[in-house]
Amino acid sequence: MFAELGQYQFEVLAAYGATILLIGGIVALSAASSAAALRKLNELRSLEKRNE
Amino acid sequence: MSVWEFANPARFVRIVGRILAPTALLSASLLAVGLVWGFFFTPPDYVQGSAVKILFVHVPSALMAINAWIMMLAASLIWLVRRHRVSVLAAKSAAPVGAVMTLAAMVTGGIWGQPMWGTWWAWEPRLTSFLILFLFYLGYIALWHEVDDKERAADLTSVLCMVGSVFAFLSRYAVNFWQQGLHQGASLSLDRDTNVHNAYYVPLLLCMAGFALLFVTLVLLRTRTEIRKQHSAAIAARINADVR
Repeated sequence: MFAELGQYQFEVLAAYGATILLIGGIVALSAASSAAALRKLNELRSLEKRNE
Repeated sequence: MSVWEFANPARFVRIVGRILAPTALLSASLLAVGLVWGFFFTPPDYVQGSAVKILFVHVPSALMAINAWIMMLAASLIWLVRRHRVSVLAAKSAAPVGAVMTLAAMVTGGIWGQPMWGTWWAWEPRLTSFLILFLFYLGYIALWHEVDDKERAADLTSVLCMVGSVFAFLSRYAVNFWQQGLHQGASLSLDRDTNVHNAYYVPLLLCMAGFALLFVTLVLLRTRTEIRKQHSAAIAARINADVR
């Protein structure tokens, strides 16, 4: 079954929490900038087509 | 087919489109299994108690902090020698991910150090070289933002990357070079008979593989984003030229 966290449980939770926050942050930022770049590229492509 | 054909941006974007979802899924699975196993199903250490479980986030993030810079060094050298744009964009994309891994390693190290060493931070060789590596990451990212001529920015950041590599290697080998530090030696090593206890070995390997794959996934995603941004800039320039 689940091993006891016992002493230092706050430290363990803080380390896991900090890592998950940092990694989650860079994943979210990367995904958002990827979506924004694709949206802008598609807009410019359609604008260029309209101009032709 | 030559490996350099992957440096073609259009081909790179096509390949990334195919492999991104599987690598992301595999990375998430490895991390989920490794972290849950490490957190819930490993026993406390007889000396460190449950604080030993910080191992599963600290070691992989420190490993990737150094390896990200080594990857950036390789990509920068390819740019300087062969002028493949995708390689320098991959280095640029890896920098924020490496910086986050370095920060995670320092934060989790501090949280671990407080109960074990009695201090959050010490000016000892490994910790100090890690801090300098983090500052190099910030400098590298800032240099990309500050130089408008992208060709020049690529050259300057590549040279900065070569200089910073000294601290990436120092971070890795500081414990071996200077014995006076607080930090222990490597937790895992291929050339040693004994490593961490078997109870921690497999979940630690899973976490390390998960972090490595997460890094690959993020670098692929961010490099594709950079290529798309350059493509957008080229189309915008064509539209502006037509309007004039």
